[in-house]
Amino acid sequence: MKVKKGWGDRSFDAINILLLAIVSLVMLYPFWHELCLSLSSSTEATRGGIFLLPRQFTTGAYRQVMKSSFIWTSYYNSIYCAVLTTVIGMFFTAMLAYGLSKKGVAGNRFLSFAVVFCMIFNGGLIPTYLTVKDLNLIDNLWALILMAIVTPYNTIIMKNFFSAMPAELEEAAFIDGAGPLRIFFQIILPLSKAVLATVGLWLAVASWNNFMGPLIYMNSRENFTLPLYIRQVIDGQLLARTTGEGAQSAVESVVGATIIVSIAPILCVYPFLQKYFVKGVMIGSVKG
Amino acid sequence: MSNATICKKKGAAQLKAQSRWACFKKNFKTHKYYYLLMLPGLAALLVFRYLPMGGVVIAFKDFKISQGVWGSEWAGFKWFQMLFSNSQFTGVLFNTIYISILKLLFGFPAPVMLALMINEVANLNLKRVVQTTVYLPHFISWVVVGGILMTILSPSVGVLSLFGVSKNPLLEPANFRWLVVVSDIWKESGWGTVVYLAAITGVSPDLYEAATVDGANRFQKIWNITIPSIAGTIAVMLILRTGSLLSAGFDQMYVLQTSATMDVGDVLDTFVYRYGLAQGRFSYAAAAGLFQSVVGLILVSLSNFITGKLGQDGIW
Repeated sequence: MKVKKGWGDRSFDAINILLLAIVSLVMLYPFWHELCLSLSSSTEATRGGIFLLPRQFTTGAYRQVMKSSFIWTSYYNSIYCAVLTTVIGMFFTAMLAYGLSKKGVAGNRFLSFAVVFCMIFNGGLIPTYLTVKDLNLIDNLWALILMAIVTPYNTIIMKNFFSAMPAELEEAAFIDGAGPLRIFFQIILPLSKAVLATVGLWLAVASWNNFMGPLIYMNSRENFTLPLYIRQVIDGQLLARTTGEGAQSAVESVVGATIIVSIAPILCVYPFLQKYFVKGVMIGSVKG
Repeated sequence: MSNATICKKKGAAQLKAQSRWACFKKNFKTHKYYYLLMLPGLAALLVFRYLPMGGVVIAFKDFKISQGVWGSEWAGFKWFQMLFSNSQFTGVLFNTIYISILKLLFGFPAPVMLALMINEVANLNLKRVVQTTVYLPHFISWVVVGGILMTILSPSVGVLSLFGVSKNPLLEPANFRWLVVVSDIWKESGWGTVVYLAAITGVSPDLYEAATVDGANRFQKIWNITIPSIAGTIAVMLILRTGSLLSAGFDQMYVLQTSATMDVGDVLDTFVYRYGLAQGRFSYAAAAGLFQSVVGLILVSLSNFITGKLGQDGIW
């Protein structure tokens, strides 16, 4: 049914789209500002204002950033943690969620509650720190990985997904003599690519952006991840500004370049993977 | 197979004799592979979530690293008494609640409004572009957002230099809390719309058509159809939100606060971090952390109970 839109409808649409355009601009501009700043010469950078394009284009800041060996160490550590967290986390979460979604497994309801309970209560920073310390995982990247692999939220999303799967799928395989493990790995997992992708992406992003974890558990610079490295660069810049050092080079451009280099992977893949991020929320919103 | 079917094979009389434990054991055997699958995930939760929950006892102890959690002496409520008689702690508590309430008042409605606006866009491509754009900041860490904010507000390299501002407003106590709220809205409101947009897709188009026939305008449709149909989702989000009244978000606060804004910007999360890890006063900091967790638990349970009474679905 196509109804011709009235005057009121059209002005509503116009204003709505205008407002959304402004919102979108506000969301994007800060990134653009940072990018332009990192590519501008120091005199032009410190003039400030609104950047439409980089002024007096130079890649000096990037060359300075790349020179530091620590950014590469941090980059490597970030990738290492993100990959391992994602792969291990996806499997462990799916396995746990699958078991929880099976009706009739004794203790299941209790275990599901135990998972949800982690969302509404936690021991807090200090007891968690002492636990990690007792495990001898301080200053070990595995502390970050092991702590991040299973989250209550991801588990619940996956459990809801598995609960919504038709039981006939498994019954047929069961009659053919397949055991639970085989059913899970050969039938259930291949049918769960969408939710696996979502949870995997969430795990990857959470790991990539994790700041509190490395701040608390990593001590040596060899074990820094990118967020911790960026923080150091920003702190160093603030310090330089207050003491008057580093005034000859546009420190803001160097910070900008560091930031751009570190978020580049996310910016590059995000537009293409965005739908997977969202899909999980849609799947998980079915209450189970 | 359910518990009943597993145990039914014996007669009713035997079932009585057979203890519940035996029944459980039999169930366990039947489902052993499911338990095997769950084992690694459960172990991770046990070690990194439940062991620390047991570790909260150090809030009631005089914890010394050399004596360990269980070897240290009991201290009763000493640390809690110290906390609440410390004006710095009560100030931190005030900051935390103040910032949380500001975030709740302004940050909670923002994604609802944004979702309603996005939902009204008829052109699907345009809608997708807007969605992709507003979700983006959610995927950037607070460290980066903090750095960008510092730059944007900078009197030299930032946008504010246009207005002749001489000092970065982020460094001024008067503006600090507002900037915390605004930057939180900037980062999270877009992603917050996802849940509401998902809920809106469940609304039957018939309702809108009927309303059109009845001559309802766009605002009336939003008010009378869209909003009531996502009320349940709003309630659930609100419940989840109330639990974090005492946590203003560690990353954001840690990244944005400076020595100049400590008086207005120091919150419980950063307080626990500073006292516990930077100064090594484990028991004292753990007491503050436990206070935070317990209040959160009570608030979530309470608001879940209230929404249940009001006839909405809670979270459990």
